[in-house]
Amino acid sequence: MIYWKLFLANLIANLLGYGGGPASVPLLEHEVVDRYHWYSVHEFSEMVAVGNALPGPIAPELAGYIGFDKAGVLGATVALFATIAPSLILLMMLLGLLMRNRNSPKVKNMTKFVRPAIAVLLAMVAFDFFANAYHTIGIIHVLMISIASFFLLERWGISPVYVICGALLYGAIFLR
Amino acid sequence: MKVKYRDIFMAFFRAGLLGFGGGLSAIPLMHREVVKVYKWMGDEEFSDILALANTLPGPINTKMSGYLGYRVRGIPGMLVALVGTVVPTVILMIVFLTALNAYKDKPWVQGMSKAVVTVAGVMLGMLTWGFVKKSIEAIGWLLTMIVMAAGVVVMVVLGIHPAFLIGALLAIALLTKKDFDQKKQEHAS
Repeated sequence: MIYWKLFLANLIANLLGYGGGPASVPLLEHEVVDRYHWYSVHEFSEMVAVGNALPGPIAPELAGYIGFDKAGVLGATVALFATIAPSLILLMMLLGLLMRNRNSPKVKNMTKFVRPAIAVLLAMVAFDFFANAYHTIGIIHVLMISIASFFLLERWGISPVYVICGALLYGAIFLR
Repeated sequence: MKVKYRDIFMAFFRAGLLGFGGGLSAIPLMHREVVKVYKWMGDEEFSDILALANTLPGPINTKMSGYLGYRVRGIPGMLVALVGTVVPTVILMIVFLTALNAYKDKPWVQGMSKAVVTVAGVMLGMLTWGFVKKSIEAIGWLLTMIVMAAGVVVMVVLGIHPAFLIGALLAIALLTKKDFDQKKQEHAS
């Protein structure tokens, strides 16, 4: 059943995503691309790009869009509930416990130990995206766009909004 | 005096819509609304909640807005805060992607969609590097490399679901008594 799948996909991705919304992006890809085959890598990368260009948190954006796309407003509600509720309920239940143990190295170690694994997951998705781009537009365009966007985003601190808009324009002109 | 729902909505609506580039960039804006503009709580309490929310999985943004909304005005406050954080941006997302999909057969739209994949790759690459850097700061490069190598073997070579690796890492974290922060302080002094 679609609602149950939407719930499960978003629940798993967000319960394992240590390090905020971006950490759950590769986990969500694992669910919606590899497991349920709802989207291709290309379609998923489009969503990530648009989500990054728009303001607001990325994980709920993806959940809301995927839910709506697959099963309308109710689908979006289910996907958003699965994304938001479990971690929020955990926070409300555990806040007292965590507050008492906030200096415990064990509590702090949880995020620290998972972080390198999330880095590997993110790298895997980045690799998927580059491989996909290489197959569709070839190495020269991939290099041009990546070098330009890297310098704009990282070195000159240009907002992702403008970089994505620039890429859209580049694609509309040179990649048609 | 009870806090108005309209204020709760506006606080998280503004923090959400001005925060470009994912959850963490909205946190300073949320801090501004909650601590400075509406004065619902002090600086220290906000920082404590943020630090604890960070030790749990899931998107930080909705964890914070949901909990802060709850603190200010109970369950209805929580719902209002979540709606303010999530609904406007999800609607934008649906409108934008639906429009893109509606013109999918036009060559220039296909060009746009092809170009954007690479940028998404660069963004995720930068995020990856951010996680690696933070990890090296927190637990040192050796341990970071060991966990990453284990991650590559388990997830790429063996193709095992990430849940098992993350579960195992959490178990190890709970069994480890080592305090990395203390070690860092000793090095500093």
